[in-house]
Amino acid sequence: MESLTFRHTTRKPLPGSVPNAITGVVASGNLEILLERVLAPDACEVAIETPIAGYGDVWEAVVADFVARAQPGGLRISINDGGARPDTVSLRLLQGARLMEA
Amino acid sequence: MTEWRGERRARDARIAAGRAHATGKVVPAVAVVDLLEAILRPGDRVCLEGDNQKQADCLARGLSACDPGKIHDLHMVQSGIVLPEHLDVFETGIAKRLDYSYSGPQGARIAKMLYGGQIELGAVHTYLELFARYFVDLTPNVALIAGVSADREGNLYTGPNTEDTPTVVEATAFKNGVVVAQVNEIVDRVPRVDIPGDRVDFVVEADRPFYVEPLFTRDPAAMTETQILIAMMAIKGIYAEYGIRRLNHGIGFGTAAIELLLPTYGEKLGLKGKIATHWALNPHPTLIPAIESGWVKQVHCFGSEVGMDRYIRERPDIFFTGADGSLRSNRAFCQTAGLYACDMFIGATLQIDLSGHSSTITQSRVAGFGGAPNMGSDPHGRRHPSDAWMKAGREGQIVGDPALMRGRKLVVQLVETFGDKLVPTFVEQLDALELARKIGLELAPVMIYADDVTHIVTEEGIANLLLCRDVDEREQAIRGVAGYTAVGRGRDRAKVEELRARGIIRRPEDLGIEPLDADRALLAAKSIKDLVHWSGGLYEPPAKFRNW
Repeated sequence: MESLTFRHTTRKPLPGSVPNAITGVVASGNLEILLERVLAPDACEVAIETPIAGYGDVWEAVVADFVARAQPGGLRISINDGGARPDTVSLRLLQGARLMEA
Repeated sequence: MTEWRGERRARDARIAAGRAHATGKVVPAVAVVDLLEAILRPGDRVCLEGDNQKQADCLARGLSACDPGKIHDLHMVQSGIVLPEHLDVFETGIAKRLDYSYSGPQGARIAKMLYGGQIELGAVHTYLELFARYFVDLTPNVALIAGVSADREGNLYTGPNTEDTPTVVEATAFKNGVVVAQVNEIVDRVPRVDIPGDRVDFVVEADRPFYVEPLFTRDPAAMTETQILIAMMAIKGIYAEYGIRRLNHGIGFGTAAIELLLPTYGEKLGLKGKIATHWALNPHPTLIPAIESGWVKQVHCFGSEVGMDRYIRERPDIFFTGADGSLRSNRAFCQTAGLYACDMFIGATLQIDLSGHSSTITQSRVAGFGGAPNMGSDPHGRRHPSDAWMKAGREGQIVGDPALMRGRKLVVQLVETFGDKLVPTFVEQLDALELARKIGLELAPVMIYADDVTHIVTEEGIANLLLCRDVDEREQAIRGVAGYTAVGRGRDRAKVEELRARGIIRRPEDLGIEPLDADRALLAAKSIKDLVHWSGGLYEPPAKFRNW
């Protein structure tokens, strides 16, 4: 197992008022994401538990692109990874943000 | 005196020797080894019919049981290395040299034997290329083929998997070779004559029906949102953009997803009748919903697919069928159709380098090519225009007189940026180069050369390589769709944005596609069972795909 945490400052809070959401499943090649609206409106934290070590720079790039695109201010995001590919991670993060905006 | 009939006399002698083990042309399964030892000579060129799908497995077992003291140093010329026996003969010394096309399931073992020097490799061909050589410098002395049934005269019914048989028999029977067919049963009258009896010298009643590999069945239940997103981009950004009516699809999940999106997403875009009407394609079960929805006008097949026979029989307006009602496939003709009569080939690969060269060969697996290098190439002998071909030609033309412009076939690589086990698809250098160095191949086994590839589609976007004007633009266009692979992260971001502004790279949002809409709900069938329903119960999936 490898644990990674990335903290970002956003330009704005994520719209909507859903307090928390969960998407995806922990299965091989997939991942589960818990999103909670518990941080300051310009803060975002992404904490990752992954069984595959050595992909820190890829996770960092995926998370940075997601933050730039979704501006998820206020969210603490916890990822329980099952060895998902980066594109699946991106997609689940965007799906999670959409659920929180509803 | 010049000898003009030496080959003919040698053939007559082989046949006479074989007759000792036959009643007329008919040989019992137990006498296969005796028959083969009687008709084969050391050093013979032998085509042991191993096709993409059907396998002359009874004859393969027989050949591998021959005495290497009598039969040795054979030169095997066959399109598919599929069964263990196809390689066993190289371990025992029965065979020495190999010219082939495809080795899917034996890819790992063939790599080991090549490294170990047990196989003297001629070349890894594309199907059409190997078939061509059957008529020039790789003509078989003996062909060991497979059919469904035969009569006592040797008239042969191949069934829906005709595949390579007519080509192999043509080259062998008309050039002093001996043809042995294994069949599932001997009958008084065959349902239709696929191979006339005077081209078949011996008929073996096999101990069990010949093996057919269900290679083209993709379970919709395993399709991912990423594959659906890629399929949406391909449909909107390439099929619709170029008006692709005549095409060939590869074997992967990406193109299967496209087939399942035609009646849903394609319908919503108003594309019915405007794209994907005429096909060179095996009878993919995932094409059933598009056929049933009236999208597909015509399909010509290389081979058949396990479980599709009844469905095909009931759709003769779509498929090529014989007087008996069953499918007639033909790999050589369908490959020719894919080469000359299709405007697009779209398929997957395992590795793409910075120029766009692609290969399915990795250091531990030599999978071979099959038909991809043939259908995935721009035929310079084409002389008929079509809108898609001309548009691609205009995009690719850099210099010269527009009045003398030729069109271009679209050759599209549809890949996810990472494959199984997070192995990156995009690489600085193909493993094929290292393999070629290790085993001393003169020609590196590249599946599709960069200059034939026109587009690369990934979950990140579409790179249109036709529009690139120099090697640097090409490299950045490829890096620009390579996602989070090392190649993708090594991009020049400013250059990639410039390419995007020029439409060389197109993101989902540039195509009006929202990635979050890439949902499994878009699939016309979400399971094999759904495909059975679409077919009105005519599709009979093999047991391993039945999970209900």
